[in-house]
Amino acid sequence: MRPDTDTVRDWLGEVPDPEIPAISVVDLGIVRDVAWENDTLVVDVTPTYAGCPATLVIALDIETALRERGIDKIDVRRKMSPAWSTDWISAEGRQKLLDYGIAPPQLNAANCAGMLSAQTAACPQCGSENTEAIAARGSTPCKAQFRCRDCREPFDYFKAI
Amino acid sequence: MEPLVTFCLRMGDTTLILGQQTAAWCGHAPVLEEDIAFANMGLDLIGQTQLWYEIAAQTEGKGRTPDDLAFFRTERQFLNAQLVERPNTDFAHALMRQYLFDAWHLPMQEALCDSGHEAIRDLAQKSVKEVRYHIDRSRDLIVRLGDGSDESRAKMQAALDALWPYAADLMATDEVEAALADQGVLPGLDRVRRAFDAETAATLDRATLTIPENGHARTGGRTGIHTETMGYILAEMQSVPRTFPDARW
Repeated sequence: MRPDTDTVRDWLGEVPDPEIPAISVVDLGIVRDVAWENDTLVVDVTPTYAGCPATLVIALDIETALRERGIDKIDVRRKMSPAWSTDWISAEGRQKLLDYGIAPPQLNAANCAGMLSAQTAACPQCGSENTEAIAARGSTPCKAQFRCRDCREPFDYFKAI
Repeated sequence: MEPLVTFCLRMGDTTLILGQQTAAWCGHAPVLEEDIAFANMGLDLIGQTQLWYEIAAQTEGKGRTPDDLAFFRTERQFLNAQLVERPNTDFAHALMRQYLFDAWHLPMQEALCDSGHEAIRDLAQKSVKEVRYHIDRSRDLIVRLGDGSDESRAKMQAALDALWPYAADLMATDEVEAALADQGVLPGLDRVRRAFDAETAATLDRATLTIPENGHARTGGRTGIHTETMGYILAEMQSVPRTFPDARW
């Protein structure tokens, strides 16, 4: 029996991102399409950053999760275009990032991507908007380091791209 | 070699060697944030290399993989610009090398966003977003350290004097680029040089640094002619796959 693609999407909603396990690969907006081609389940995945070391792990995690659900013909395809944008992170995903202590990316990335000075982040600890960027790169390429001027806590900010 | 393959290797080899050089700062940069920044930018560059090598390998059609291209070619077969193989002398040299590369890379990737070659266009539309962040950081640091203390300014000027002649190699073109321009694969190359000149003139001026005016220019990397540092970079980068060519993990 072949599960419908909505069911498959629900399953993929439980596959965590390997670098930021608080959110799933579906929350992250990188699962672009799920479709059956004859008896093969095709999952289109778009990479976040070209050199993100998590990309290979994500493909493997998706395949493993689907095998556990009894699907054995799986083709995880890399889809380069259109390029991933942080605007594709779901509303739930943004909330999960915040709960995890990572300030979510500014929306309308096309207006500010590539310019950290054009982006602001509210402190995920106290909510203050009185924050400043410390460094353009954080623990992963997708994040920058910020500091809250009110509660003095440093925090990660997911850069808009 | 087909012009398209040569061009992809010129691009991919340049991002690979800079990625390798940049990665060497991991654990050595003067402050933690910049240590992390260099390592992360190296990752971006090596990721972009993978995409260039995939297009090269597919176009070539000889069954070579991106890893084959990275690890099993010799110095004369590498077509990177000489700038990126210049040594990690100090943090000023590494930053200036990165900045001059970024000042070329961004307009180059912007031009390629309009390429008539689908895979190259996709690659550029992906990479250009990363490259904007790269120059955002390097431009900021060039200005802060150039227009900084006497010592930081002297170090940045020394790095600029040493590296400026190599910037010409980034923009060196021959019949390969001309053929691809005719095919619509490589649009707007003339704009790249103008954008590089405008970017560097404005930023280096803000940084109170002076572009050397002796007209000295070093080229040759695009045809496989390299400087004395290249062999050492390849020896380190390729030693494990060459020692254990069938190793898998």
